Amino acid sequence: MIYIVGLLAVIFLALAALVVSRMAAVVRGVNSNGVDDDATYTGISNKINGAMFMVFLVLGTTAAVWSFIDATQYFLPEASSPHGRRTDTLFWVSMSIVTAAFMLTNTVLFYFAFKYQAKKNYKAAYYPENHKLELIWTVVPAVIMAVMVFTGWRAWRDIMSEAPQGAQEIEIVGKQFNWIVRYPGVDDNKLGNFNYKLIDNNNEVGIDFSDEKAFDDFTSTTEMHIPVGRPISLKIRARDVLHSVFIPHMRVKMDAVPGMPTRFWFVADKTTEQMKNELNNQDFTYEIACTEVCGRGHFSMRLRLIVEDEDSWKKWCAEQKPLLTSYPEYATRIPANLKVKAAKYLPADSAVSSDSTTATTEQGGSAASVSLR
Amino acid sequence: MATVETTLAAPAHIAEHEHHEPDNFWRKYIFSEDHKTIAKQYLISGILWAIIGISMSVIFRLQLGFPNMELGFLKPILRGWITDTNKLDPNFYLALITMHGTIMVFFVLTAGLSGTFSNFLIPLQIGARDMASGFLNMLSYWFFFVASVIMFFSLFLETGPAAGGWVIYPPLSALPQAHMGSELGMTLWLSSMALFIVSQLLGGINYITTVINLRTRGMSFSKLPLTIWAFLLTAILGLISFPVLLSASLLLIFDRSFGTSFYLSEIYINGEALPNVGGSPILFQHLFWFLGHPEVYIVMLPALGITSEIIATNARKPIFGYRAMIASMMGIAFLAFIVWAHHMFVTGMNPFLGSIFMFLTLIIAVPSAVKSFNYITTLWRGNIRFTPAMLFSIGLVSFFISGGVTGLILGNSALDIQLHDTYFVVAHFHLVMGASSAFGLLAGVYHWFPKMFGRLMNEKLGYVHFWLTFIGIYSVFFPMHYTGIAGFPRRYYAFTSYDFTKNIFADLNSFITIAAIVTFSAQFLFLFNFAYSLFRGKRSPQNPWKSNTLEWTAPVSPKHGNWPGEIPAVYRWPYDYSKPGAKDDFIPQNVPYSQTPESNLPHENELIGLEREIEAQNLNDQFNQPH
Repeated sequence: MIYIVGLLAVIFLALAALVVSRMAAVVRGVNSNGVDDDATYTGISNKINGAMFMVFLVLGTTAAVWSFIDATQYFLPEASSPHGRRTDTLFWVSMSIVTAAFMLTNTVLFYFAFKYQAKKNYKAAYYPENHKLELIWTVVPAVIMAVMVFTGWRAWRDIMSEAPQGAQEIEIVGKQFNWIVRYPGVDDNKLGNFNYKLIDNNNEVGIDFSDEKAFDDFTSTTEMHIPVGRPISLKIRARDVLHSVFIPHMRVKMDAVPGMPTRFWFVADKTTEQMKNELNNQDFTYEIACTEVCGRGHFSMRLRLIVEDEDSWKKWCAEQKPLLTSYPEYATRIPANLKVKAAKYLPADSAVSSDSTTATTEQGGSAASVSLR
Repeated sequence: MATVETTLAAPAHIAEHEHHEPDNFWRKYIFSEDHKTIAKQYLISGILWAIIGISMSVIFRLQLGFPNMELGFLKPILRGWITDTNKLDPNFYLALITMHGTIMVFFVLTAGLSGTFSNFLIPLQIGARDMASGFLNMLSYWFFFVASVIMFFSLFLETGPAAGGWVIYPPLSALPQAHMGSELGMTLWLSSMALFIVSQLLGGINYITTVINLRTRGMSFSKLPLTIWAFLLTAILGLISFPVLLSASLLLIFDRSFGTSFYLSEIYINGEALPNVGGSPILFQHLFWFLGHPEVYIVMLPALGITSEIIATNARKPIFGYRAMIASMMGIAFLAFIVWAHHMFVTGMNPFLGSIFMFLTLIIAVPSAVKSFNYITTLWRGNIRFTPAMLFSIGLVSFFISGGVTGLILGNSALDIQLHDTYFVVAHFHLVMGASSAFGLLAGVYHWFPKMFGRLMNEKLGYVHFWLTFIGIYSVFFPMHYTGIAGFPRRYYAFTSYDFTKNIFADLNSFITIAAIVTFSAQFLFLFNFAYSLFRGKRSPQNPWKSNTLEWTAPVSPKHGNWPGEIPAVYRWPYDYSKPGAKDDFIPQNVPYSQTPESNLPHENELIGLEREIEAQNLNDQFNQPH
């Protein structure tokens, strides 16, 4: 790198020297040599400019090829999801088509500029139109594009289709400036309702505990664990401003929109361990990033993603404490008819105490009604 | 009685014309209604904004290219925005990218490009004394000026200017508690843009009316230079799409200040659940991009028009496929309105809608491809003079192609999933619309400088300027494709938080920054050349480029009214370059076919009969109209 910078510096200095000398010439008004050639643009300047296009073409192509080869090592490795591999293939195929078009048209452009530079006593061709030619270069790109679009559309349709039956639902909620993951819990494996008005410091995603499906839900703000080889259906929400879930290695991206839950389903088919071995990098970890500008901390909304086999995923889930267990005070939000179902998630003493209080009131209530009767 | 009145009125009318424009300094240079002066005002404003806008990009490139750099030396300018550890404040980083985008897109490439050249060239190329309404035209500039002042003022706020990205997506932009830049800075941004839109509409109405009504004798639509076609279509695009941004901004102002919920729903922020429900942030995105996408063509079409003119003139060849060029521009202008949602593939918009927009988006590539091929064919077997304007035009075509092809990737919704909001997008639109329309602006300045100021710019300095800028811009934006493919998200203050961006491409990012600084420095050559030539440049002959269009038949420095006598009539299309049989390699539009029997094509001889008819018309000379 240091050499490139050095080289650039030298080139820049040379150009700067050239500029200064030119400027000096301009200021002195020394501009009279070769007036005739200048008027017809057949002089040395025109030749240099023409030649420069060829030089640019050759050096530019070399630089492009070299830099591409050099940059490939840093491109993301092969996708860890089947749909990602599909779009990767599509990307590189499309990319080769457009690169070919790019190289071809630019080459022709620069070559023509060089080849047809002004010559003395030469008159340009009067060639205002050619309908056949125009038809060809309207139709050919149209057909190529149609094919590209069609293959792209089929991939898009499949990726955006409804998640298959049995997909594992996981909720991810964006806020300034981190992600919160909510799991549907090990017992019912269903996400409970939410309401943004219930959000507070402990209940960060606004879980609504009047819904029994919510009792076993647990959250995590440090990492997301998902099982390998199973469709994962991400339910995406945002709490404050727009965010966007980006899982680069999975080729997943979807905005998180306040007030409008979005979704994206995918299958991760390589565990973190497999990737570590494949990349020969023991520090490897999947990551989730934010790609919709959301404020000061936008650039650091990192969440680790751990892909593991079904058993260890289940084991990890079982180790997590439901939110209700961590913060039993939310038990007060549970409607009376569901208290019993919620009891197993509440610590014994608090469950007992709250149960006993409710029991007393209930008894008292019925006693009162009895007495009234 | 009536006849007596008219005879009496006539001499008074003539007398009035002699004192039409009192040479009062204010009326002549400041509150001028002359289209040429207004064009120069737009140009100077555009150049000043460009310096500010590009300097901003250099500052944030320093942060991205050299994240460990001590930026203490910027403290005299940026003051509190440089932290105690001599780093750029992350909030200000976002403000910089936001203002860079806003300034470059709206103030430089819309006002600076379209404002300058539509104003300058429309009357001169269609053969009119001035714009349809000089007063509206003046008003248009001064609305822009006030918008500029407000936007400039917002840079100095304690909470900084707007900072949610140039697209100002709510809720970030709607909630002052979400970000510093959404406080007063955003209010000023919205006010400034509202005035800017008024300015664009006043200008646009004027351009359209002028082109439709004030064409000189014989200047039919099929004889209009492509520049004018481009300006006309641009103005139509602006007229239809800018009001939508105005309504989007108004609704955002309501949400910010009056507690409405157009874009806000179910938000919990800073420990508080907001009462707003039922709004949709996606609605704003639809409205924004309904302008935002045509906006891309609002900055692109004038540049393409200018290029068409310059390439034909300097290749000494008729533009290839004149009618195809017009058809392509019309196609682009129409399609521009129905592709907006390709910016929103992954916003949670219905995927079916995504499919529709993918098909429509890739259709727009066809007319764009046709235009590129036509430019290349115009060069084929030409006799090319590399004036600086020509170099910039060729550079424009190259950028338009290089940036355009990646549009095929990004317009494909399946591929956009991964690439959306990465540096791949940054590379794409900077090449296809940023750099190429900036090149259109520069080409236009080099080409029409003699007409504007009566002097020639220094060509050799122009060559150096071109090559440094051309190489520089490719060095800046080409490598960004690589970081984009590697997944680097845009609008990131630093790449240190993630394993997939940490420790890679650091040298590439430094390279980009160095290239950006070199490119920026090269622009001072242009500024020097501009300023120097303004006063000391070689005097220009009447038609320095031996061009066909009408502006070169006017005096070197046209006075108010453009042509001293009668406005010339037009008999032929503007691209009769190197016509076989002709003595010179160009035949201006005002030369009748009857004077060029040696070079007339068979069907053109038939047109000789119409010449009397053309000469007999005299409908559009504003100076011969009763007030």
